[in-house]
Amino acid sequence: MRRLVALPLKKSFQMAYQSIRVRFFRSLVTTMSLVLAVAFLCFVQTGNDIASGLATSNDSQIIRSLTKAGYDIDPVTNDIAGSAKQRWIVFLSLLVCVVGIVNAQLMSVTERFREIGTLKCLGALDRFIVRIFVIEATLQGLTGAFSGAVLGAVGALLTSLIRFGFYAMTFVSSTDILLTMLYAVCTGTILSLLGVLYPAIVASRMQPVEAMRVDQ
Amino acid sequence: MAETKKIVRVTDVTKDFDLSKIVVQVLKGIDLEIETGKYISIMGPSGSGKSTLFNMIGGLDKPTSGKVFIDEVDIAQLDAYELAWLRCRKIGYIFQTFNLIPVMTALENITIPMTFAGVGNDDALKRGMELLDQVGLTGRHSHRPSELSGGQQQRVAVARALANSPSIILADEPTGNLDLTTGEDIIRLLKDLSMKRGVTVISATHDYKMLNVSDQVVWIRDGRIDKIQERSELEIQTGGLENAHP
Repeated sequence: MRRLVALPLKKSFQMAYQSIRVRFFRSLVTTMSLVLAVAFLCFVQTGNDIASGLATSNDSQIIRSLTKAGYDIDPVTNDIAGSAKQRWIVFLSLLVCVVGIVNAQLMSVTERFREIGTLKCLGALDRFIVRIFVIEATLQGLTGAFSGAVLGAVGALLTSLIRFGFYAMTFVSSTDILLTMLYAVCTGTILSLLGVLYPAIVASRMQPVEAMRVDQ
Repeated sequence: MAETKKIVRVTDVTKDFDLSKIVVQVLKGIDLEIETGKYISIMGPSGSGKSTLFNMIGGLDKPTSGKVFIDEVDIAQLDAYELAWLRCRKIGYIFQTFNLIPVMTALENITIPMTFAGVGNDDALKRGMELLDQVGLTGRHSHRPSELSGGQQQRVAVARALANSPSIILADEPTGNLDLTTGEDIIRLLKDLSMKRGVTVISATHDYKMLNVSDQVVWIRDGRIDKIQERSELEIQTGGLENAHP
C-alpha cells in the first residue's frame, strides 16, 4: 500500500476561505489593485461597445457627437477602431496590477512562513500549499474582477448617458456589454492567478525546519 | 525479540553546514538508540548541535553521512511523499513557539493532521474534542490561538501532536516560552501522556525541570554525545545540586 497524505478539495477551500476572512483587510488591499485595473479595462471596452452601437444608428447627430467625443469612425464599415494608444494604456495598467499582486502575495507568503512550515511538519505536501494559495487567489480574483467589471461597466454607461442622452442608449447592445464584462472577469481572474504563481511556488519550496526557527 | 524495540536509531551521523567560505561541522559522529516508550531529554549548551540532531531525528533534515532509522526505516531512502506521511503519522511535533495556525480555532488546529491522514471530518472532530478534554481544555474548542494563553496554546499543540497517535513526540524546547509553573504543567502533561499511551517523547531542552521526569538524558557537547545518563544516576546528581545550594 502506498502511504499517502491527503487534503480534500473541500478542506482546501475551507482553509483558503478562512485565511481570506481572517486577514480580510489585507486581502482587500491585494484585491484593490485588481479591482481598479479590471474596472479600467471594462470601462474602456464598454465605452467602445457603446460607441460601436451608436455608430450603427446612422443618426447624423449621434455620429457627430461621437466624433466630437474623440472616437474614430471608419467611414466605410461604420466600425469604431480602438486606438493603439488606448490598448497600450490598458495593457500597462494590467501589467502594473500583476506586479502589485505578486508583491502583495510575496508579502503574504513571508508573513505566513511559520504557518507554512508548521503545515509541512504536520505532513502537508508542496502541492497542498500551492493549492491553498491558488484557491485563495482564485477567490480574490473572481470577487475583485467581478466588482471591477461592474464598476467599469456602470461607469462607462453613466458617462455615455451624460454625453449622448437617453435616446442614444437604445442603440447600445446589452449582449455586447455583458460579453465585455465576462471577458473582463476572466482576464482579472487569470491575472490574479498569474500573480500568485511565483509566490505560491516560493511558499511550497519552504523547508519545514523553518518552522522551528525561533526568531520572529 | 526479548529486548525492547528501538524506535529511533542514529548511526554515525555527521552533519556539515556549508557556509560558502567555511564548512562548519556541527555533528561529528553521533550514535544513539532510543527505546520505545521512553521519555528522553537531549541536553546541551546552545551551539552544541542539539537542535541539528533533533531535526535529524524528526526527518526535517538529512545527515551528511551516517543513517537515521525511525521505526527501522532509513529516512534517507524516503521520497517526499513518504517523508510527509512519516511526519503526519509517526511523529508529532511540539515547538517552542507553539506554531498554531493563527487563523484556525483550537479544534481546527488539532484536526489538520487528521485531515492530512485521511480521517473523515466527523471522526476527526470527535477525536479532536476528546484530545482537548485530555489536555484539559474542555470548552475552549472555538477559541483562536490569539485568545488563549501561552500555556493553553502549548496544550493545543500537544493535542495536535497526538492527533494521529504517533509513535514519537518531538518537543523542541516545549517550555522555552512559558513561565515556571505553566512549563511544569506542560512537562507533567507530556510525561503523563507518554506513560499512558506508551509514546516515546524526545525533547531538546535546557530546562532542568525536564530532568526529573526523563527516563534518559542525552548530553550533547560540541557535536558529540558527552554522556547518556539513566534516571537513577540523575537523581543522585540533582540531589547533590540541591545540597550544594540549600
